[in-house]
Amino acid sequence: MSAGAQRLDVTVAEVVDVNPLIKRFRFVRTGGGALPTFSGGSHIVVDMDDAGTRRLNPYSLMSDPGQTDSYMISVRRDDNGRGGSLYMHRSVRPGMQMQIGWPVNLFPSDLRAKKHLMIAGGIGITPFLAQMAQLDRIGGRFELHYAARNRTLGAYMDELQTRYGARVQTYLDEEGQAMDLKGLLTSQPFGTHLYVCGPKPMIGWVLDTARTLGWPEGALHSEEFLAPPVGQPFEVELARSGKTIRVGAAQSLLEALEAAGVDAPYLCRGGACGQCETDVCEADGTFEHNDHWLSDAEKASGRKIMPCVSRFRGARLVIDR
Amino acid sequence: MSLSYEGTIPSRPRYGQLTPRPGSGHLFVADGEGADAILALFAGPGAKGMLATTQIVYMPGPTGTDKSAELEKLGADIFFRAPDYSTAQPRLKRLFGSAHMGLQLYLTGTEGLIGQAQRDAIEAGLPHTAMQTEHRGSTVRRVQCVHCKGITENVRTDPFVCSHCGLNLFVRDHYSRRLAAFQGVNIDAEDPGQVPPQVERFA
Repeated sequence: MSAGAQRLDVTVAEVVDVNPLIKRFRFVRTGGGALPTFSGGSHIVVDMDDAGTRRLNPYSLMSDPGQTDSYMISVRRDDNGRGGSLYMHRSVRPGMQMQIGWPVNLFPSDLRAKKHLMIAGGIGITPFLAQMAQLDRIGGRFELHYAARNRTLGAYMDELQTRYGARVQTYLDEEGQAMDLKGLLTSQPFGTHLYVCGPKPMIGWVLDTARTLGWPEGALHSEEFLAPPVGQPFEVELARSGKTIRVGAAQSLLEALEAAGVDAPYLCRGGACGQCETDVCEADGTFEHNDHWLSDAEKASGRKIMPCVSRFRGARLVIDR
Repeated sequence: MSLSYEGTIPSRPRYGQLTPRPGSGHLFVADGEGADAILALFAGPGAKGMLATTQIVYMPGPTGTDKSAELEKLGADIFFRAPDYSTAQPRLKRLFGSAHMGLQLYLTGTEGLIGQAQRDAIEAGLPHTAMQTEHRGSTVRRVQCVHCKGITENVRTDPFVCSHCGLNLFVRDHYSRRLAAFQGVNIDAEDPGQVPPQVERFA
């Protein structure tokens, strides 16, 4: 089992309605004591028992990394999702006991940077809340540009502007406030690193613009957790365990492996970290690669699959598990 | 001279070939034969339009090669000739301090020059992968004595005598990006005086 898959027993200390779409949850260690230290940008995987269905969703830690008495996450309700966020919104109440994974950071601040330029869209604000608290404490130079549909959905805009002043710029889509991205990216001092978290089109727009303007790849950081997409059911032969399993339409290959009692490695469960990378032994069909991990060449080779988010259509698939 | 990567360790620096990249400005830092890499880039496709936003900082190489005249004729926005890296360094640091993201860095010439310019760019906050590099000219090395920490420039032989503490040093491929130097380790520590003959490995 990988590090982030180790469990922590926690109790829900607080559930707050932030706005019509977002709820905030605060966890403390069951039985008391400090939670593990983490760095800004970390996420945890929350283990949910949704009427017998086990759901494991990653959420960024938004609380101050300097505080280990509790962890906070914000969850945006996705009415068309597979059900994890709906479970968090409808069923999780103060006093409930749950399990979470240890914090894992796939989106850390590169502390060698002279300045940190952060761009957030909607709920993509959460990792930056922790990063800013950490940078503020160590005297790091940062600037946040935070876009949301409207002020209600810009969950933490007021609070952040009060705390960080001019270091936080907000943009409300419904009020026609657009980010001058090109102006922003051409005026950053040498040695700035760029961080972006938000909806997929926004991440693409920001990174593509930065590359066009000559930003080096090593100074570009992004994070997007994917929910495993729904698809056609398919069968998989497991070469090492000697089993054949069926992956349901709304199930990921990783979840099907776990349901069959196969201990497959994972960390983020969202196509970002690379931990679940699995060798393909035989394949007759088409892969649906949905991850951010494999290179285009690896995806085209048909020799690798990321079971957390990717699927398969065809006659036969044998993987090394 | 060309470098050989045969039989070396994975961490040994490797160099590529300079190509034009989009950016708000272009800073070339070169010594000696590195001038040829710059001239080749501007003779190729896609580079002509860059000249108006190009600055070249150039110094003669460790074997005396000085192609200042040819580079100056290229017509870059700014051409600056320095006698050596330590003289060019304050200018580069000032440039890094006032530049914006989008400035492209091209480093070419000897490993000592490339490494020192890369080190200063890293100190300015740039990732070590952000700059393009191309090795040209001499293969002499900049080596740190791991015992006294003194740096000897333009090392030609292996082993060599540390110019600071006088120990006989074996030249490793083990390289430090932070110091911009290869590492030199005492070769006769256990059997003082048993020093293999010096071989001209770098020229």
